[in-house]
Amino acid sequence: MTTKKLSRRGLLKGAAAAGAASAFPAPMIWAQNIKDVTLRQFGTGVSNLNEVGQKVKEDLGFTLEMTALDSDAVTQRAATQPGSFDIADIEYWICKKVWPTGNLQAMDVSKIKNYDKIVGIFKDGKLTPESTIAQGTAPHTVGFTDGPDGTTFASEQTNWMTLIPTIYNADTLGIRPDLIGRPIETWAELLNPEFKGKASILDISSIGIMDAAMVCESMGEIAYGDKGNMTREEIDKTMAIFTEAKKAGQFRAFWKTFDESVNLMASGEVVIQSMWSPAITAVKSRGIDCVYQPLKEGYRSWGGGIGLSKNLSGLELDAAYEYINWYLDGWVGGFLMRQGYYSAVPETSKNYMSENEWGYWFEGKEATDTITNPFGDAMAKAGETRDGGSFEERMGSVACWNAVMDENQYMVRKWNEFISA
Amino acid sequence: MRAGETNRHLTGWLLASPLTLVLILFLVLPIVMIVVVSFWQATEFSIVPAFSWENYDFLFGSPVTYRVFGNTIKYALIVWAFTLGIGFTVAYFLAFHVRTQTWQIALFLLCTIPFWTSNIIRMISWIPFLGRNGLANSALISAGITDEPLDWLLYSDFSVILAFVHLYTLFMVVPIFNTMMRIDKSLIEAAYDGGASGFQTLTNVIIPLCKPGIMIGTIFVVTLVMGDFVTVRFMSGSQSANVGRLIQNDIALLQYPSASATAVVLLITVLMVIGILLRFVDIRKEL
Repeated sequence: MTTKKLSRRGLLKGAAAAGAASAFPAPMIWAQNIKDVTLRQFGTGVSNLNEVGQKVKEDLGFTLEMTALDSDAVTQRAATQPGSFDIADIEYWICKKVWPTGNLQAMDVSKIKNYDKIVGIFKDGKLTPESTIAQGTAPHTVGFTDGPDGTTFASEQTNWMTLIPTIYNADTLGIRPDLIGRPIETWAELLNPEFKGKASILDISSIGIMDAAMVCESMGEIAYGDKGNMTREEIDKTMAIFTEAKKAGQFRAFWKTFDESVNLMASGEVVIQSMWSPAITAVKSRGIDCVYQPLKEGYRSWGGGIGLSKNLSGLELDAAYEYINWYLDGWVGGFLMRQGYYSAVPETSKNYMSENEWGYWFEGKEATDTITNPFGDAMAKAGETRDGGSFEERMGSVACWNAVMDENQYMVRKWNEFISA
Repeated sequence: MRAGETNRHLTGWLLASPLTLVLILFLVLPIVMIVVVSFWQATEFSIVPAFSWENYDFLFGSPVTYRVFGNTIKYALIVWAFTLGIGFTVAYFLAFHVRTQTWQIALFLLCTIPFWTSNIIRMISWIPFLGRNGLANSALISAGITDEPLDWLLYSDFSVILAFVHLYTLFMVVPIFNTMMRIDKSLIEAAYDGGASGFQTLTNVIIPLCKPGIMIGTIFVVTLVMGDFVTVRFMSGSQSANVGRLIQNDIALLQYPSASATAVVLLITVLMVIGILLRFVDIRKEL
């Protein structure tokens, strides 16, 4: 934290600014001092984008330093080095691990301007009143705490939030329709012998096990109590099915990084695999047909949010709230939604998107013109619709949220056995 | 006289100390640290200093460990056999068939050209070449040798070993070539004069005299292959595991103590292999 000590001069300036603020309803009384504030944010690469930092400097005046790490490193840092960050951009399942350490502080909901507009998934877990709540670490179950110093999660909405939701999406299997040549409708197809030697799954245990569970469940082999929190027996059974498939040569390769998944698909080595939404776009941008296939069992979903370090106070804390309110105000939302993610407050993001973009990304309508992402790459041509359709269709059929299991360490060991089998 | 002697002692110590210090700081201390950490315990977020055999218990109790060590040794053996065969042949050609020194140097430099690019790039460039729609498969299909693309060319033990051999053969060529160049040519002439055939000369004169070079090359190749994790990961498409990958997985999951324990076992294994190798040849004497 690099706030200059208040000098007499600074105080006078502040007083002058305060005077000005009372005369004209300027946004912040501390406009002078805030330029010296630096907030250090860290998180996974998905939303830690330099463009956001630049825009913060433009709109809010203070400096936002961003560090991108992988999710294991993010978890460790949030849990063990509270002094090294001011804002943690983490996933909800990481929050489940990190919150009990007390390194984050609860956020006062009354200071969040757009709280009422945040989608229900993050508040009561329901997208619409009729929705059923998916398995796994559903964001609302770890989204609230009892009070400013709460270290446990509240079972319902309170005035104190653990994370402010920022970005989320629904993941499914990616396929090469040109090489498969028939409709794919279920997760079970991943282990269909028809695709022997042409399938892949990601080698990140915490996510890979969920995809594996979706497959086993849809094959009718295993009925899970909760795919997000399996018992040892369930883990054993799941890994046994996948090990057998691996030994039979079902998988061409496993992938660990984004680029690998793109190359496997684009080169035709693999025709069906677990994939992330931007990877599909990267394959498509090479002129290769690739579909993010909606499946009847539903999606495996993930969500991220920002949390505040315990060490934030005073001016920095004010700046952090200012940042959160700005985050939910729509510019970032539009920026993220034009890449295929969803914003926690879609209706404010709408103001920062063209009608065509909103229709394509959110409403699942046909694009009326070429859709480009914020970096200028074409994502879809006129007449195309988004795989999986509208926001309600996609987020309404989430089967499971990314999660951390009680038997995490056991699962990791079993996963390693599977990889070396 | 007495003063002079102390002085000589002092000079000796002073001359030896920089290297000693460097080795202690950058070799001995890190290894001691790894050994110490291997007895610690880890929870999901933190590493707890303790003295516990748990990491080793798990390591020796898990069938994965034996399978993975077996796999690592398998790679090392196969790669060793190929690099030795190719390396010895290349060195033999350079040393005994190329007559002028200029050509020897020119051809030797030619062998090193691939080393002008990075290890990883040389390895990854095999992937598009061997892939299902890669150059190798399209060539085989258009030549009518196969009808279907061969899947086992990539993401298999074949591709892992191919990449290893490609990457490490030079480490065999250089030391063998070096020892061959120092063989007194008159010994070979004497063998011929004594009526030995070309093959007898090779097995009775050249190979025994090349042993130190072969041994140095072997140590290079075996340690490089046993310590590798990148080649195995990329060329097998993450489908095979060796010890290096086991350690890498542990580190990614923040299980440093368990990674350390695996590293210690690997270190001991490699040292044992080298110890056995050194029983065959006294490198010090032969150099």
